[in-house]
Amino acid sequence: MLRVNIHKKLDKFELVADFSSDSGITALFGRSGAGKTTLINVVAGLVRPDRGTIEVNGEWLFDSTRNIDVPVARRRVGYVFQEGRLFPHLTVRGNLEYGYELVCPGERYVRFAQVVDLLSLGHLLERRPARLSGGEKQRVAIGRALLASPRVLLMDEPLASLDGPRKEEILQYIERLHLEIKVPIVYVTHSVEEIVRLAETVVLMAGGSVIMAGKAGEVMGRPELRIPTGVFEGGTLIDAKVAAHDMDYDLTIVDFAGERLIVSGVIARIGADIRVRIRARDVALALSRPTDVSVLNVLAGHVVDVAYELDSTAYVRVDVAGAMLLARITRFSVERLSLEPGREVFALIKAVTLDGHSAGFDG
Amino acid sequence: MLELSPAEWEVIQLSLKVAFWSVLCSLPLSVAVAVLLARTHFPGKSVFDALVHLPLVLPPVVIGYFLLLLLGRRGPLGALLEEYFGIVVAFRWTGAALAAGIMGFPLMVRAIRLSVEAVDMGIEAAARTLGATRWRVFFTVTMPLALPGILTGALLSFARGLGEFGATITFVSNIPGETRTLPLAIYTQTQVPGGDTQALRLSVIAVALSVVALMLSEWMVQRAQRRAKGYDA
Repeated sequence: MLRVNIHKKLDKFELVADFSSDSGITALFGRSGAGKTTLINVVAGLVRPDRGTIEVNGEWLFDSTRNIDVPVARRRVGYVFQEGRLFPHLTVRGNLEYGYELVCPGERYVRFAQVVDLLSLGHLLERRPARLSGGEKQRVAIGRALLASPRVLLMDEPLASLDGPRKEEILQYIERLHLEIKVPIVYVTHSVEEIVRLAETVVLMAGGSVIMAGKAGEVMGRPELRIPTGVFEGGTLIDAKVAAHDMDYDLTIVDFAGERLIVSGVIARIGADIRVRIRARDVALALSRPTDVSVLNVLAGHVVDVAYELDSTAYVRVDVAGAMLLARITRFSVERLSLEPGREVFALIKAVTLDGHSAGFDG
Repeated sequence: MLELSPAEWEVIQLSLKVAFWSVLCSLPLSVAVAVLLARTHFPGKSVFDALVHLPLVLPPVVIGYFLLLLLGRRGPLGALLEEYFGIVVAFRWTGAALAAGIMGFPLMVRAIRLSVEAVDMGIEAAARTLGATRWRVFFTVTMPLALPGILTGALLSFARGLGEFGATITFVSNIPGETRTLPLAIYTQTQVPGGDTQALRLSVIAVALSVVALMLSEWMVQRAQRRAKGYDA
């Protein structure tokens, strides 16, 4: 459990952050320059806040009112830097052992061999960082931070310097690590895909402030998200289960809360958990169940609220069996269909973006 | 012709001894000053920086003369050292080492400072997040990464020490077997009628020593650089 409530004045902006995260992966999300890295530097103790508190698992790392400021070395906050920052003069083994040997044996919660195995580092141990590929470097950096048995693991855009296939590889390692070792992770990113893939909690930052924090599904479904983040397109995250495969048409059927969605074929066993994302722009609304349409997924629900933007667009939130589906339509359509809270509607889902623990592609 | 006389051996050994101890004793202080200049800001830093570089621009004789005034047996510091610690440096080989150390000090500091400035502070921060105190970070990360510069600095200072003349002769005079190092011995021979051959022999020895020292250091620096950059050494 990590609780942060800090205030820091910098030359360009003020960093104001108040959020907490449970075990699991918390994504710090926002545009570059939003203060995400500064915020985790504050948590790590590399940047000193002007005032506030930082608490990890009931221990205070910082409290300006009580003059507590635990030195970096004793915070036991693991940090995976964007550029890896491996020790160039040490071998991979030397890098991994660096933090491991500084932890009292009684406080270690991972074994050396376990981490080497988890991140497939066995064949790299005697190499030096200059002889590693980008993905290998990040794996060593993750292993090095883990072996110091941190109370919380901070990751600053660990995939930023990697190309597509390497990104996927590291993502899979992070997922494995999260399942095997129950360390809370704070993951800085500006990629929606990574959030969809990993995050349970999302902390949204803009201009130095935390503007929203909560469960990934809730935060990502908010229409007002588009304005502060710019890059982000509103959408809904739904946790579903694989129900069946249709081999003839290469389709997969997934269930969530009694509803079912037909998506493009995905390689996953029946019953597997899968997370799908439905972008607001891929949802159309109708007042009656349409027949003779190409759209495969038509779900019944009712309008929760309507949010307007400055231009002609509107975001309509539709409650479908408890999941908040977001639809981006024109203001004109809102008025023509007289969409108002409580109104029964049918959501036509043109496309479903799949992203689970097993596979991911646009469907 | 190629064999060295006992007197020549004595001169060589003394020169190496003086240069070696001057480097060894000034190394820790040089590293400290280099880190101070590379990593900290304090009022009067530019004055401090100028002071460190003074031996580079002052005539060596002036340094020797100041040393004599300060550390001579009747000098304020020299008298104190002798009274309380029984240490005398004036007209001793230790004094020659001190003079050589001071003359080489700015060279050593400059080289080390440059290499400390080149060490990525992000890597040091990473070490701290792994539980290393600032001191541990300094000895396990900063120093190994700055090693090429430290070696370069030490060698420059060593070479400067082998060739030190002005400050040495002024401070500790030209005493055979005690303070007569290679340059002083060469100078002495040039003042003696018929000493030309001897002066030339000693000069050739000086050249040989310098070349060997340079080659040795170049080899060490390259090794250290490869290590610091992460290629297998």
